[in-house]
Amino acid sequence: MTGASRVKFYQTGTFTVGNRLLDVSVRSVQSDADRNNSLNSGHRACQGCGEALGARYALDAAMRAVNGRLVVANATGCLEVFSTPYPESSWRVAWLHSLFANAAAVGTGMAAAMKVKGRKDVRVIAQGGDGGTVDIGFACLSGMFERDDDVLYICYDNEAYMNTGIQRSSATPAAARTMTTPAAGQEPGNVFGQGKNVPLIAMAHGIPYVATASVADLRDLEYKVGRAMAIHGARYLHVHVPCPLGWGCDTGDTLKVARLAAESGLFPIFEAEAGEVTGRRTIRRRVPVEDYLKMQSRFAHLFSPKRDERRIAMIQAIADRNIRRFGLLDKSEQGAHP
Amino acid sequence: MNKPFAITLDVGSSLANKTGSWRTERPVYVDRLPPCNHACPAGENIQQWLFHAEEGNYEAAWRQIMKDNPMPAVMGRVCYHTCEGACNRAKLDKPVGIHAIERFLGDLAIAEKWNVNVEAKASGKSVLVVGAGPSGLAAAYHLALLGHAVTIREAGPFAGGMMRFGIPKYRLPREVLDAEIQRIVDLGVKIELNTRVDDLDAVLATHRFDAVFLAVGAHLAKRAYIPAGDASKILDAVSLLRGMETGEQPLLGRRVLVYGGGNTAMDAARSAKRLGATETIVVYRRTREKMPAHDFEVQEAMEEGIMFKWLSTIKSESGGTFTVEKMKLDDKGKPQPTGEYEEMQADSLVLALGQDVDLSFLGKLKGLSINDGVVQVDSNMMTGCKGVFAGGDMVPAERTVTVAVGHGKKAARCIDAYLKNSVYAPPPKHELAVFDALNSWYYSDAPATVQPMLDLARRESTFEEVVGGLDQSNALFEARRCLSCGNCFECDNCFGVCPDNAVIKLGQGKRYAFNYDYCKGCSLCANECPCGAIKMVPETI
Repeated sequence: MTGASRVKFYQTGTFTVGNRLLDVSVRSVQSDADRNNSLNSGHRACQGCGEALGARYALDAAMRAVNGRLVVANATGCLEVFSTPYPESSWRVAWLHSLFANAAAVGTGMAAAMKVKGRKDVRVIAQGGDGGTVDIGFACLSGMFERDDDVLYICYDNEAYMNTGIQRSSATPAAARTMTTPAAGQEPGNVFGQGKNVPLIAMAHGIPYVATASVADLRDLEYKVGRAMAIHGARYLHVHVPCPLGWGCDTGDTLKVARLAAESGLFPIFEAEAGEVTGRRTIRRRVPVEDYLKMQSRFAHLFSPKRDERRIAMIQAIADRNIRRFGLLDKSEQGAHP
Repeated sequence: MNKPFAITLDVGSSLANKTGSWRTERPVYVDRLPPCNHACPAGENIQQWLFHAEEGNYEAAWRQIMKDNPMPAVMGRVCYHTCEGACNRAKLDKPVGIHAIERFLGDLAIAEKWNVNVEAKASGKSVLVVGAGPSGLAAAYHLALLGHAVTIREAGPFAGGMMRFGIPKYRLPREVLDAEIQRIVDLGVKIELNTRVDDLDAVLATHRFDAVFLAVGAHLAKRAYIPAGDASKILDAVSLLRGMETGEQPLLGRRVLVYGGGNTAMDAARSAKRLGATETIVVYRRTREKMPAHDFEVQEAMEEGIMFKWLSTIKSESGGTFTVEKMKLDDKGKPQPTGEYEEMQADSLVLALGQDVDLSFLGKLKGLSINDGVVQVDSNMMTGCKGVFAGGDMVPAERTVTVAVGHGKKAARCIDAYLKNSVYAPPPKHELAVFDALNSWYYSDAPATVQPMLDLARRESTFEEVVGGLDQSNALFEARRCLSCGNCFECDNCFGVCPDNAVIKLGQGKRYAFNYDYCKGCSLCANECPCGAIKMVPETI
C-alpha cells in the first residue's frame, strides 16, 4: 500500500481531481495549476466533449512522465478536425497529422527517426478516435503491435464517426442508433454482432502493455499513462470518451454517462501485460445497464414507445459477462492505481 | 495569415477563437447554506470550522467557532446537535459527529490555553445582563468583544445557570464549564454573584445602563397536586439537581420514582441512580415514542438500568405507597384515564414536570408584555420596554443551552446596533445546500467514529463523565467526513473536468475563476462539483 492509498480513505472528496489534504507529490497532474494543457482553449469541440477532455488528460500525464520530450501523431477524426482548423492550432505538444489510416505507421516512423538521430529521450504517442483505430487504421495498428515499435497508441473511443455526422464504426455498441443504423425496422439501431474488442486484440499480439481507461476516472487514467510511458515497445491505451452530441445526452452529463458505463460493467476497465490481465478497476456502485442506456437518446427506442425487454436483457448479459470475465466485482483486488 | 496550407501552425493560435460566444448558460460560483449551519440554533458556521479541522488546523477551527459561540467544550457535550440531524452525510452513511469534534476542539483550547482578545475600541457604553446562564454569558461575551462594558448580576452562588444547576456532572464536568466561563470573565466582563435583581425598575433608577439584557432562565419547578401523607417524600427535579451543586445532597432512599418524560426527568433519574438508589423508575403518562426526552438520553438511561413505567399518572401517596392510574392514548395520541389503579412502593418521588420563569423582578416595567408565562420580544430580541432585551428560557423558544447561546449572540448584535442608534439587519441567507445539489460520487465511504462510553459499572455509581472524547487522530478522521455542502473546498474538480481549460485555479485559499472567453457553458463543472458550489445561470443577450 502506498502512502496515497493509505490516507485516501480519510479524505474529503477522495475521488475528486485534486485533494488539498494530500501531499503535492501524489496529487493528480490535472490538479496542477501549471499542468501542460496539451490541448488548449479555443478548440472547436462541441460543448462537454469527452474526447477533448480525455486527450488533455492523457497527454498532460504523458508530458509530465517524459518531462515534455514527446511527439504525437494524430489520425484524422474529430480530435484532429476540432483542434486544428486552419490556421489555428490548440496543441501545446509537438503534433503531426497525416492521414486517417496511418497514425500508427506515422508513430512507427517517428520512433525510428528518433532512434536514428540518437534521441533516446524523445518518446512517441500515436492517437486517434475509434474510427481511425478500430476500422480505418487497424492494419497499421496491428503492424505496429506485431513489430513491437516503441509507440504508445491511444484510442479515444466515442463509439462512432462523430464529426462526419455520427456514422457507425465497429466500436458502436449493439442497439445504438446512428445515422447509418437508424432506429427503424424489426431490430432498430446497431446489430448485435460479435463485437470487436481492440484491447483484447492488442493483448493477443502479446505486446508489453494494454489498458483501458475512462475519462470518468482521472486518477486511473493518469496512472495508466504513467505506467505505459515507463515501458518501451508497443503499448495500447483505450480510453472511453462519451460524445454528448452523438450519444444524445446532456452536455453536462459526459462524465456521468462515462461513469455509468464503467459502473454497469459495459465498459470494463483493466490492464494487461504481455497478454495477461494484471489489474482491474472494480465496480464501486453497481447499476443496471438500463441506468446507463436511459441517459442517451441513441438508445431511446429501447424504452419507447414500448420497452424492448429482450434486447435490454441482451445488453445486460454483455455487462454481466464483462463483470465475470474481468472480475469487476472482486473487492479483494483493489485497482492497480494508487 | 499568409500561411500556406498544410504547414506548421503556431502554438497558442487557437486562443484567437473565443468559444465563449457559444454559451447560452454560464457557470457561476456560489456559496450555499450548509444544512448544519442552517440547523444550528447558535448560528455556528460549522462547515467552515470543519474545513479548518480537516487540515488539522485546530486553532483556526476553534477561533471560527468562537466567532459565534464562546463555549465549544460545553456545547460539544450538552448540545442536542440538531446540526447532525440535518447533516447531508446521513444520506450516505452516518452524519458527521459534529458535536464530538466541537468538544475535541473546545477541550484542546482549554488544554492549550487559547484565548480571545477584545480588539474593538471601548464604546463607552455599559450593558447590564441579568442572569449568568448560557444566554447571559454569551451576550456578555459578544458585547465585550464589541467594546461595551458588561456587568452580569447573578442570583446564584456560581455562574453557569442551568448548565451548572440543571445539567449533571456526568454530562458536563465542572472544570470544563469553569474554564469556559473564566475565558469570558477574562475579557473584562464583571460578574456579580449572589446579587439577585429583585426590582429592575429600582436598579435602572439608581445605575446608568445604556441597555439591559434579561436572561434569568426558568428555574421554578412546575408542581402537580398529589395528595400525600408525607409531603417530604416528594421533591422536584430542579431542587434535586441544584442541591447536588450546592452541597445539599437530598436523601432519596433506595427506590425512587421520577415523574415526567423530558430531558430533566432523564437527568433526575440518572442522578438518583448515582446517589445510591437501587431502583429508579420513570413514570410517564404517554409512551416512549411520545416522550419529549431525546432518544439517546433515554437509551443511555436504560443502559444504566433506569426502568420505565409508560402510560401512567401518579394520583396520591400514603405511607410510601403511590397510587398510579393506567392511561391509554386516544385517537389524537392524548393520554386518557382508564380508572384502573395500581400501587407502587417507593421511598421518594421526584417531579420533573417542566419549569416556569420567575418574572416577579420585572415589576411594572413599562411596555413589557408577558404571555404564557414568558416575556415577549420582537425580531430584534427587544421587549416592549425600550432598551431592555431578553433571551434564553424566559422568552418563547425551545429551552436548550444552544438556543440560549444563540439568543445571547443575536441579542448582543441587536443591542450593539441599538447603542449605535440603528437596527441590526442580519445578512441575507444563502440558498440551502440540499442533498440533491451534491454529487456524492466523489465522497469516499467512511463510517462515523463512535465516542467511547464510560464502562457501565462506573456510570451507575459515579458522576464521572459518561461520554468520552475523540483524540487527535479520530477527530481528524471525523472532520474529514464532512461533505462541505454548498461551499467550495478546493477539490479541483471544476478545474480538472473542463474540456476547454476555461477554469482558472487561483491558488490555495483563493478558489477558482471562470474564463468566460472560452467557457462554452456545457455545465460539466456544475454537475461534477461534489458540493454544489457551482450554479448555471442563463446568459442575457
